[in-house]
Amino acid sequence: MTSLFQSVPVHPSEITPKHVYLSRRDFIKVAGVLAGSMALAACAPQSLSSDSAPAPADPSLSSKTDELGDPVNSFEDITNYNNYYEFTTDKRGVAQLARDFPTSPWEVEIGGLVRKPGKFGVEDLVKKYPPEERIYRLRCVEAWSMVIPWLGFPLWKLLKDVEPTSDAKYVSFTSIYKPEAMPGQREPWYPWPYREGLRLDEAMHDLTILATGLYGGELPPQNGGGIRLVVPWKYGFKSIKAIVKIELTAEQPPTLWNLIQPNEYGFYANVNPNVDHPRWSQATERRIGEIARRPTLMFNGYAGEVAALYEGMDLRVYY
Amino acid sequence: MRRRFTPLQFLVHLAGWLPLIVLLLDLWRDTLTANPIQAIEQRTGYTALVFLTLSLACTPLAWWGWKELLQRRKALGLYGFLYAALHVTVFIAVDYGLDLNALIRDVGTKQYILVGAAAFLLLVPLAVTSFEYWMKRLGKNWKRLHRLVYLIVPLIVLHFFWARKGNLWTLSGDVAQPLTFAILVGVLLLLRLGAVKKVLSRLRR
Repeated sequence: MTSLFQSVPVHPSEITPKHVYLSRRDFIKVAGVLAGSMALAACAPQSLSSDSAPAPADPSLSSKTDELGDPVNSFEDITNYNNYYEFTTDKRGVAQLARDFPTSPWEVEIGGLVRKPGKFGVEDLVKKYPPEERIYRLRCVEAWSMVIPWLGFPLWKLLKDVEPTSDAKYVSFTSIYKPEAMPGQREPWYPWPYREGLRLDEAMHDLTILATGLYGGELPPQNGGGIRLVVPWKYGFKSIKAIVKIELTAEQPPTLWNLIQPNEYGFYANVNPNVDHPRWSQATERRIGEIARRPTLMFNGYAGEVAALYEGMDLRVYY
Repeated sequence: MRRRFTPLQFLVHLAGWLPLIVLLLDLWRDTLTANPIQAIEQRTGYTALVFLTLSLACTPLAWWGWKELLQRRKALGLYGFLYAALHVTVFIAVDYGLDLNALIRDVGTKQYILVGAAAFLLLVPLAVTSFEYWMKRLGKNWKRLHRLVYLIVPLIVLHFFWARKGNLWTLSGDVAQPLTFAILVGVLLLLRLGAVKKVLSRLRR
């Protein structure tokens, strides 16, 4: 009969090699030391940053809200956190890389199916169409959002003056192509230059603006200066930056993200919490500056103004 | 006899904790972009992939003579798990604020989340059984179980591909970084194939 307290033979193969258990102890030891030093670090004084950050032209704008009552994002956040793949895919790196990008003088060529084509300097456009302040929500397809006080003029004013012909059905926009100043354009993975498009009635809608300024001042290079499009009810990638060419066309123009990934980035790209994107959830979003996600609004909260443009269209097909 | 740290061992542990220290410093100095939650997720995820890739590199490099790496492999794998666990914890607890409905909806419909979740769930038993108790207890099966890492790391690379705005099939868009990892991990796994091993050992002779 075997005793309960009989010793069990241990095979040599069952014994953990010394180096294995020692290395685990090292791991735990280092973990302990680090946990301690982190606790200490937490007692140190706040804020080592904010030395000489550029300031907004009109700081009082930061106390304003959009029409839904949500506060405008800080100038710092708006100018230091955005996508601009022509410079880098790192949202934090854009401002630095774009710092010396020349945005003035800036010319936009307008052509295609119009009676009065031409080249326009942004300075002249601003004189002809005085910029208005437009506080818009910007909803990125990556499910983050901001409230931004733009300065700009409605695109319809310019389009009306160049007189689209009756064949014109779409508006095509092209960004600047300048790989020597835009490192991201030297990457082979994208069909540069950036291109976007709108249906003519979308382009003529009063919410659609060409922005030439931000926070009461100039449009910083990282935000799309010299001149950019802002279409607040569509995902941010539709609001093309650094525009050098606008063409009116009869056919739906190609757009950069649609060329890369057609099943994800449709031509319309209206903000729509009910039409799922294979990558990011479009049901909710994170407003920059907030922790919890908030529900995404149909047409980014502009349904009252723009829903009529899409009446009778299946938005699951035309996403 | 008291065993001392080898230089490599020191380096591994330093490299293991440094990303976390830098992350906490950045968090404290508020330099994690305007969207710190996303920044933490991206950084911890990236760090996890780096460590797991390094852990995969140990065995092939040991064949080429750097034997000490076999003793460092486990620590590298565990650091990989540490950052993966931080990544998942921040995703569930902070990004989604423990909103189970939203989590279930998105894990079910977003392939990149699904693949990432699968990779992490597979990684958990490996981390848990890294203790000697389990090594002893599982015997031969321990090794079999830990071969799961050959599936886990490719899943993480796929997760990385799909989390970026690019097209995996046409290799356009934001694919450069995930592609680099895909090639690296692909080579590290290919080196393990019996046929490749044979050719390599013949070449060495």
